Amino acid sequence: MRTAQVMAEQDLPGLLIMGIGGTHGVQESLAALLKKHFSVITMKELLENKKEVGKKIQCIFVSEFRPTIDQELLESLPNLKVIGNSGVGVDHLNLKMISNFGVRVTNTPHAVADSTADMGMALMLASARRLVEGSQIAVSPDTNYFAADWLGVEVTRATLGIIGMGRIGYKVAQRARAFEMKILYHNRNRRSQEEEQAVGACYSEMEDLLQQSDFVMLVVNLTPQTEKLIGKKELGLMKPTATLINISRGAVIDQDALVEALQNKTIKAAALDVTYPEPLPRNHPLLKLNNVIITPHIGTATVQATHMMAEEAIANMLSVLNCQPIPSEVFPQ
Amino acid sequence: MLFLFPPTHVDKVQSPRPQNHSRGPWHPSREQFLPPSPLSSVPPPPSFPPPPQPGVPARLPALLARREEDMEAQELPCVLIDCIGGKHGVYEDHAEFLKERFCLITMKEYLENKNFLGKKIRAIYMWYHKPVINEELLQSLPNLKIVASSGVGIDHLDLSLLSSYGVKVSNTPFIVSTDTADLGMALMLASSRRLVEGHQMAISPDTEYFPADWLGAEVSGATLGIIGMGTIGYKVAERAKAFEMKILYHNRKQRNKEEERAVGATYCKKIDDLLQQADFVMLVVNLTPQTHKLIGKRELQLMKPTAILINISRGLVVDQDALVEALQNKVIKAAALDVTYPEPLPRDHPLLKLKNVIITPHIGSATVKTRHLMKENMTESIQAGLAGLPIPNEVLL
Repeated sequence: MRTAQVMAEQDLPGLLIMGIGGTHGVQESLAALLKKHFSVITMKELLENKKEVGKKIQCIFVSEFRPTIDQELLESLPNLKVIGNSGVGVDHLNLKMISNFGVRVTNTPHAVADSTADMGMALMLASARRLVEGSQIAVSPDTNYFAADWLGVEVTRATLGIIGMGRIGYKVAQRARAFEMKILYHNRNRRSQEEEQAVGACYSEMEDLLQQSDFVMLVVNLTPQTEKLIGKKELGLMKPTATLINISRGAVIDQDALVEALQNKTIKAAALDVTYPEPLPRNHPLLKLNNVIITPHIGTATVQATHMMAEEAIANMLSVLNCQPIPSEVFPQ
Repeated sequence: MLFLFPPTHVDKVQSPRPQNHSRGPWHPSREQFLPPSPLSSVPPPPSFPPPPQPGVPARLPALLARREEDMEAQELPCVLIDCIGGKHGVYEDHAEFLKERFCLITMKEYLENKNFLGKKIRAIYMWYHKPVINEELLQSLPNLKIVASSGVGIDHLDLSLLSSYGVKVSNTPFIVSTDTADLGMALMLASSRRLVEGHQMAISPDTEYFPADWLGAEVSGATLGIIGMGTIGYKVAERAKAFEMKILYHNRKQRNKEEERAVGATYCKKIDDLLQQADFVMLVVNLTPQTHKLIGKRELQLMKPTAILINISRGLVVDQDALVEALQNKVIKAAALDVTYPEPLPRDHPLLKLKNVIITPHIGSATVKTRHLMKENMTESIQAGLAGLPIPNEVLL
């Protein structure tokens, strides 16, 4: 005899997740949120009984790029309708292959915007003012005085070049404006005049932006067109006093060219929340350069953002199951 | 905006001046000083050619033709500095600028020749709180008119003492404002997003993967409490507004309605109200007897356990022992400090070991551009002070 609760749970659509808790699983609090709308099934449970359990799964919640979606997995889930990605980037998903299985893919563009824009600002400020270096000096056992001629550079009234003026790029511009920065931007499409005026941003050709900016911030998504968007030529166009900030994807930069540019002082510094791969191999030259700040892909790593991403993903997945308009569907190119 | 200094008086020199002989323009070398001896005629020329000055011929025969008063008219005012270069000294490139306008005398040179140089010194260019000014020094500088201090803080100066000697004081208030506000924002973002910790993880030889359960806290949309809403505090508010933060502030005086509305700031007459509501508490006051240990055990306990304290004012505004205790007991979540007491902290201080603390080496105004502006401001103030004109950025008691 089954209780009403168990019956109700069984009525909920099956949702596959990597796991709950630990270093690679979904946070406990997010799992609880998911359980309100779905019958949550972990990878472990699926692998123990692929045939039976596979049939129940209608959705997959992909978080921090897990679980990996490959042909084998898709073949074992005959009733899969939608993959709800937590986060806006979907370059880790083979959209064409997934589409061939008749499965939809959604992302979470709204939930990521504020926290990622904040991260871009954090990296720009930390790099300009040499915050990481400074904190190391402040706590080093060898420090017995603070040198008077230890200086950084100004952010206020400097020129920021934003490459990629989507939702996140625009929020970066809104923040940078408060620092009286001169804002140039480059995008596939030009924004409207009102939008430009609201943040004081000037549309620029890529070359002009690179030549004039004190800070160049990459805020594009990763596509075949943006892969290695910043290479030797682009780095050579930048000012020798300029800083490159990357909050998009590691593969947007030709990493070897970046290492060379930093070593030869073609540009002054870099601040990267993303690299390729993540983490970098431990002997990679980027880890040793004094003028590089690297953060472990934490653009959306806040309690608030991860919750908002889960909620946005839930709403997207439910809209697919309920045959309603889908807020944020992504299509193969 | 600089202007030429028109000398309006003559220094009282005790030793009798040589008659019918002119002295070369006074440009002391770094290595040696040759004061005129009472019985000499023309003093030995300096060991290097003096730098060219407008209207002053370089060759000695031409100088001999000039009258003494004309010579003195070309004299640059003597300004005392601590030293050039090294840990705390005036920057080399700044020194070049200053030497075109002043006769710079280092503390070392002064101490080697106190009696003579003491009377020549009319201003002190105080860079990074040096040279230290005490009663003894003031007594030996009878012609001292003005002390120009770098930065906006003047807690290191005894204003009453200086005033009692008739010495005016200037600082550099407004030009440090944006850099300091920027650093406040940098520290708030770095602390909230665990940037320093994250960087260490990203480069650590032990890192094999980035864990999914490693999270910071959001700045956008959070509540910022600004304690001290002067020029710097207001600029912090302007920046925080763009992050859609809710802004509370506490200040001696409430700002007017337009100013509050422009940054969306709400006044908290009682500091307690601010402390209880803020996710981030930022200290932007100057150090005075009233703000000394403004944040102590009581204030820290009023703060949320998820709150972060940011200090860009002075170390002594915080009761440091109480802060250590609060951080260790998780009474508050984290702290980010550009200032401590002393600076640097002793190497065994508990603050250096806490994971949830970021300390920066007092770099609030440490940018190339701002330091240049400081030098220019201080030069203007000295020139105005010596000319008896209104002093830009004068600090009044």
